[in-house]
Amino acid sequence: MDQSENSDSGFQRFVKDGGFNPAAWSRRMNFAGHSGFIGMRYRDHGDTWIELEFDWREDLVGDPDTGVLASGPIISLLDNATSMSVWTRTREFRPQVTLDLRVDYTRAAIPGKTIVARAECYQLRRSMAFVRGIAHDGDAADPVAHAAGVFMLVEGQEWFK
Amino acid sequence: MSDQTPSSFGLSPYAKAMGMAIAEIDAGSPVIVMDFAPHAMGRPGYLHGGAIGGVLEMAGYAAIAAELERQGLTMRIKPINVSTEYLRSGLPERIHARGEVVRAGRRVANVRVEAWQSDRERPVACCWINFKLSPKEA
Repeated sequence: MDQSENSDSGFQRFVKDGGFNPAAWSRRMNFAGHSGFIGMRYRDHGDTWIELEFDWREDLVGDPDTGVLASGPIISLLDNATSMSVWTRTREFRPQVTLDLRVDYTRAAIPGKTIVARAECYQLRRSMAFVRGIAHDGDAADPVAHAAGVFMLVEGQEWFK
Repeated sequence: MSDQTPSSFGLSPYAKAMGMAIAEIDAGSPVIVMDFAPHAMGRPGYLHGGAIGGVLEMAGYAAIAAELERQGLTMRIKPINVSTEYLRSGLPERIHARGEVVRAGRRVANVRVEAWQSDRERPVACCWINFKLSPKEA
């Protein structure tokens, strides 16, 4: 194991700090890594739901003829938003991994528009969290994608390493 | 493509930005590869589930595109839905993915995709994708 991966004790301290603040988490976690590359930002949250968003960008496009976004960044946004909806509901961070995620692409996203994901943890069990969400490009009543997934809670040592 | 040099020819701007490439053609289906990089990282030290999903979808698209090309068809290919199962944590190393066209009809194609890292017998994730096929306008 690479030392730099092992030594992120600041990260471990941050996530174990007690409580889960979606906005603070996004500021800390979404600027780097894959989320940072996509440009994800916190938007809003309630008791069991959270909204994240990212802006359209040329290098996130799937079809250069039309400028329509690739589906990959939308999966990533929905993965993050559904994951964070669990901690929003529990009000604390708990290590979990994505067990499965299904995404239905209900229409092409309009080029140039910001994509917003709204995700909700609708059932919480001892070892599983059930989530769903949508992604839209301005009108939540006309989503570009629907998602449903399951997260599995895991031991801390499996998650951190 | 007969040589073994990874090529990004025909990949989307997103796939190129993520560093994906076609490593080889295996039994008719392109094998998509992506090296680990910070822009693919989720929780510290691991591949992001969305980045894995992106590789799976690219491999699924490449598989149906190659199949249609063999049939001499020029079609628009759009994903309808995808269901991904995450089987293992994605390690900070190269990931490979290859799709298998289960059925290519006139309007819809169903593709299964598997992704693996150092050991092909131990997949890290798999998915099925339905693609809508429609005639390409000139």
